[in-house]
Amino acid sequence: MIDMTVVELSRWQFAATAMYHFIFVPLTIGLSVMMAIMESVYVMTGRDVWRKATLFWGTLFGVNFAMGVATGVVMEFQFGMNWSYYSHYVGDVFGAPLAIEGLMAFFLEASFIGLFFFGWDRLSKVGHLAVTWLVALGANFSALWILIANGWMQNPVGSKFNPDTMRMEVTDFVAVLFNPVAQAKFVHTVSAGYVCGAVFIFAISCLFLVRGKHVELAKRSMVVAASFGLASALSVVVLGDESGYIATEHQKMKIAAMEASYHTEPAPAPWTIFAIPGPDGGAPSFSIQVPWVGGLITTRSLNEELPGIDELVEHAQTRIRSGMVAYDALQDIRADGSNAEARAAFDEHWADLGYGLLLKRYREDVGNATDAEIAQAAADTVPGVWPLFWTFRIMMGLGFFFIGFFALWFYRASRGWLETNKPLLWFSVFLLPLPWIAIESGWFIAEFGRQPWVVEGVLPTFYAASGLSFWDLVISLSFFVTLYSVLLVIMIMLMVKIIKAGPQDKLFAEDEGDDADFVVAALPATPANKELGS
Amino acid sequence: MSTIPLDYETLRLIWWLLLGVLLIGFAIMGGRDLGVGTLLPFAARTDAERRVLLNVVGPTWEGNQVWLIVGGGVIFAAFPPLYAVSFSGFYLAMIVILLALILRPVGFKYRSKIKDDRWRATWDTVLFIGGFVPSLIFGVAVGNVLLGAPFHVDGTMRAFYTGNFFMLLTPFALLCGLVSLGMIGTQGAAVIAGRTTGPLAERARTYGSLAGIVTILLFALAGVWIAFGIDGYAITSTVDGNAAINPLGKSVELTRGGWLANYGLYPWMIAGPVLGFAGLAGAVIGLQARLRLASLLASSVAITGIVATAGLSLFPFLLPSSTVPEASLTLWDASSSHLTLFIMLLVTVFFLPIILLYTAFVFRVMRGTVSTQSLEKNPNAY
Repeated sequence: MIDMTVVELSRWQFAATAMYHFIFVPLTIGLSVMMAIMESVYVMTGRDVWRKATLFWGTLFGVNFAMGVATGVVMEFQFGMNWSYYSHYVGDVFGAPLAIEGLMAFFLEASFIGLFFFGWDRLSKVGHLAVTWLVALGANFSALWILIANGWMQNPVGSKFNPDTMRMEVTDFVAVLFNPVAQAKFVHTVSAGYVCGAVFIFAISCLFLVRGKHVELAKRSMVVAASFGLASALSVVVLGDESGYIATEHQKMKIAAMEASYHTEPAPAPWTIFAIPGPDGGAPSFSIQVPWVGGLITTRSLNEELPGIDELVEHAQTRIRSGMVAYDALQDIRADGSNAEARAAFDEHWADLGYGLLLKRYREDVGNATDAEIAQAAADTVPGVWPLFWTFRIMMGLGFFFIGFFALWFYRASRGWLETNKPLLWFSVFLLPLPWIAIESGWFIAEFGRQPWVVEGVLPTFYAASGLSFWDLVISLSFFVTLYSVLLVIMIMLMVKIIKAGPQDKLFAEDEGDDADFVVAALPATPANKELGS
Repeated sequence: MSTIPLDYETLRLIWWLLLGVLLIGFAIMGGRDLGVGTLLPFAARTDAERRVLLNVVGPTWEGNQVWLIVGGGVIFAAFPPLYAVSFSGFYLAMIVILLALILRPVGFKYRSKIKDDRWRATWDTVLFIGGFVPSLIFGVAVGNVLLGAPFHVDGTMRAFYTGNFFMLLTPFALLCGLVSLGMIGTQGAAVIAGRTTGPLAERARTYGSLAGIVTILLFALAGVWIAFGIDGYAITSTVDGNAAINPLGKSVELTRGGWLANYGLYPWMIAGPVLGFAGLAGAVIGLQARLRLASLLASSVAITGIVATAGLSLFPFLLPSSTVPEASLTLWDASSSHLTLFIMLLVTVFFLPIILLYTAFVFRVMRGTVSTQSLEKNPNAY
């Protein structure tokens, strides 16, 4: 039987790894594009302040990128290490986008990042600009393929269970690529990364202004960040709405949980701004609602109903019963591959096999489940409602706040009012953590909202784990949490140090000899040792 | 899928070869950086020299490491059962490798950002561990694959691993670890000797020659051990390379020295060990004769030969099972579906040449020797 403690610890470990990884990734995505924009301005105008800005933000980018790589490798390995049965069960579909991400995107980004830092004096201006854009392109493509993989876990299209190999296999790769959920997630997530980068640059620039340091660089950076941030914040919200709309089609339970809507409301459903959970933690005992808005957001109509949690649980029972038929048919096929009758039954019910597997938590022989067990398994399909309800409101509130924030600054920038209001500058400095709160909330909603499924409707999370021991998990979980926390502290410390030191300009200018203990000499224009291929 | 122009068996063979290409690619490219990390405390004596070493690989190590990441991704996509069994089975060993892979990027990036002896000494140790530990463990892992891992699968294809971390550290596996360490050390020395001048390059020549000679002896010892000391696996039932995967549908037999059987069946495979020995000897000669490019090329040939020797000896096995030999994973019964293998092949055929092209470009731009003088000008130098 599956050890639920091991499953829970594996979930904690994956959540910790993913959330740490996503502290760094959005900033990498956002900064890479903004660096490329700034360097483009440098190449077009030739004004040195833009090169200095690119280099300064690039230094912070590099420190952050290192942590992104360090945590990203762990992400990839975790699938095999902690979710071994998941790797077998869906590797045929899920592995491909992951591998393509490496081939198409990460190779590009990681190969050119070295040139970004080391190639300033070895490439022409345009050549270096091209390198910077390639790094940004790589970062964005990376997000695309990872979200195609993740989108498939939310909406498993283009694939079918093969009873002969006991796994999901690709039937239509184009459908996997153009999965509407994946596309919506991609644009939403990437835009969120842009907002993150913009807020980061903006907050630090404001700090420079209130301190009266690096004024020129800060003001120019703010102009870029305000306009880029405004466009991105708008697109996060608009495309986030699209993402929500698509989820209503494919993940009704997630939407119902986010809205804490236990009972199906007559169309058009209201939208709940605030609610207090009932005494049992279930249906709200008090709520403030805006009429019609819920229906508009989720169904884009005034006459479509949004099903409530209770109704969806009932529906899950039907699917579990169908899944039991699929499971029994699968056993017959495994026993005798030529059993045509079993194959016909399986073909009819295979789409509910995952629902049948939900019963594995209660008994080995799924086909003999009692009514009570079926009811229990159906109740398991409800994710944690109240954490989802609140994180969704935090994320959405912050999304709208960023639009207002950047609109205000965009207006001020166009008027040339950048340094006139000190309290507003200070206020903007302290907004620095907000994009991370929004972003981590977003992933929480996406992944926690999908529970109990690791692949929606196909594979229950508990059934996907590796057969590891309790101590394996205790050792690895404490190892990761400790190491990441220490490294995060070191990274923040280093970033503070870099920000305090301000933009450096050792690259082309004469060295000031401040703390140099090396003799400074110009690099040869053409490297001396031409015989070297390395 | 009748529309796929290549049959399943051919695709499986191609993917076995491509996996080999990626792993050899990682051993050659990543081996540069791991090797330099391993030699860091030996070849460099001062802070300035250590900075030079880090900056020799500084602009390219990130791209090099992607070979490993893509290697992992390709095992996941092309041989999911192998990914599932090996990554969860070798759990704590993977954690040790991850320790190195987490600390290395950070070490490179952070080490020289603060001018403090203790700070730098700490990161230097981290970077040494980050080079030494994976170089050793990857070899230990190959040794354990040759010995077979204690795992089995049930009827639902769920894998069960019955070993533990310390069982991995057998004498033969450790010997394989040392071969790997020696070969990567030789590669690192060839890189340093090629990209630096003066005492640094001299020390690299000494250590590299030593590592090369020791590796020749260890590689030969491993060959003798394989012939007389351990069992090889062989499939005794007929194999249908086009059938759906089923790791439980075959019979497997163990015989002493069985891993050498392939060299009788396919004599051309002897090229693997020959390249291994010749490459190592060439690297030693090249280092002594101060032929910079030649010693690096020879060392890369050695890596190709040694990694290929392991893969060819195992063929068609990917991961034998020591407890239930019938459950061993081979390239015929642990692959992805026909369609997935084909799509992945299209993607790879398109992107691999592009990757090689821009990698060559990056290396060309960054060519030349690195010296203490060239570092201070770049605030982003490691």
